[in-house]
Amino acid sequence: MLYLRLFWEFFKTGLFAVGGGMATIPFLYNMGAATGWFTDNDVANMIAVGESTPGPIGINMATYVGYITGQGQYGAPGALLGAVTATLGLITPSVIVILIIAAFLKSFRDSKYVQSAFYGLRPASTGLIAAAGLSVVVSNLFFADTLTQGFGPAFFNWKGWILALALWVLTNKVKQTKSLHPIIFILGSAVTGILLGM
Amino acid sequence: MNILLDMFVTFAKVGVMTFGGGYAMLPVLQREVVENKGWAAEEELMDYFAIGQCTPGIIAVNTATFIGQKKKGVAGGIIATLGVVFPSLVIISLLAGVITAFSHLAWVNHAFGGIRICVCVLILNAVVKLYKKAVVDRVTLAVFLIVSLGSYFLPVSPIIFIVLAAALGIVLQNIKGGK
Repeated sequence: MLYLRLFWEFFKTGLFAVGGGMATIPFLYNMGAATGWFTDNDVANMIAVGESTPGPIGINMATYVGYITGQGQYGAPGALLGAVTATLGLITPSVIVILIIAAFLKSFRDSKYVQSAFYGLRPASTGLIAAAGLSVVVSNLFFADTLTQGFGPAFFNWKGWILALALWVLTNKVKQTKSLHPIIFILGSAVTGILLGM
Repeated sequence: MNILLDMFVTFAKVGVMTFGGGYAMLPVLQREVVENKGWAAEEELMDYFAIGQCTPGIIAVNTATFIGQKKKGVAGGIIATLGVVFPSLVIISLLAGVITAFSHLAWVNHAFGGIRICVCVLILNAVVKLYKKAVVDRVTLAVFLIVSLGSYFLPVSPIIFIVLAAALGIVLQNIKGGK
């Protein structure tokens, strides 16, 4: 049954995504590939919607995934149930784990094992997000389907590269703009996308 | 007002005011939960937030569960958590409906074409920031490279990498500690 599977997939994500909302992104890619509920492009759209709306980004993405998955199967009423199911699935493991940890808070924090697990977990979690980022880059900055006609300039999404470079400079190098909220850059990119027909 | 209802409303407010990731939530929590309600001390909040970052799941949810649990037991933990996710459920459901209804329009697709480029850059920036904290020596660099390439090229669940990396961390750190 779809909703049980949806709950279970998000339960696993909530249990193994360590380090907050961004850490759920590789799980979303994996879920889309394994279930066929949504495409890589959908995930990239979800990240943008999750960043530019109120609420924690991880929750926003889960709600969005649940919504479109439920909608795909059962229309509008199914969509709402899907949104609720995915979100509850994502938060259930957190709530259970935290309620247990709260019982022996101090010993958890000071535990040698917890500290040393994080020595390995942090770079692994970063690596997973990097791989997810690479998928977004490959599917949006290159046109893989042009390779059937051979490698050439048509392989590159030139407009995309120029926009990406401009955004990178604005978010890293320009003092006046680098601390602006991501929503500004997302909206600016939407406008650029419409003007340039991206 | 009933304390559980008060908790739900307060955390829903925190949810609405949090834009983006869990880090954006800290100042909002400080104002609402520490200063206005007095449900947790400043240091407690910092502790919860630190642990929330290194336990599975969404940082905002983890922190909300901690504070709710401290104030009103298991029921409090659950109510606070439901409060923090409630605004997302409403807003995203409304928005997802609108987006799917207009997704056949060319200009909407162009807008998302531009937005996805922005997502590339945002993820790159996030990775650079996390990398600086996570990759501290040759071992962590190797873990980062193996996991990023392995996850990109192999059809393996991220769960496998997370479990192996945690185990590796425990083994390596304790060998070092034993010397």
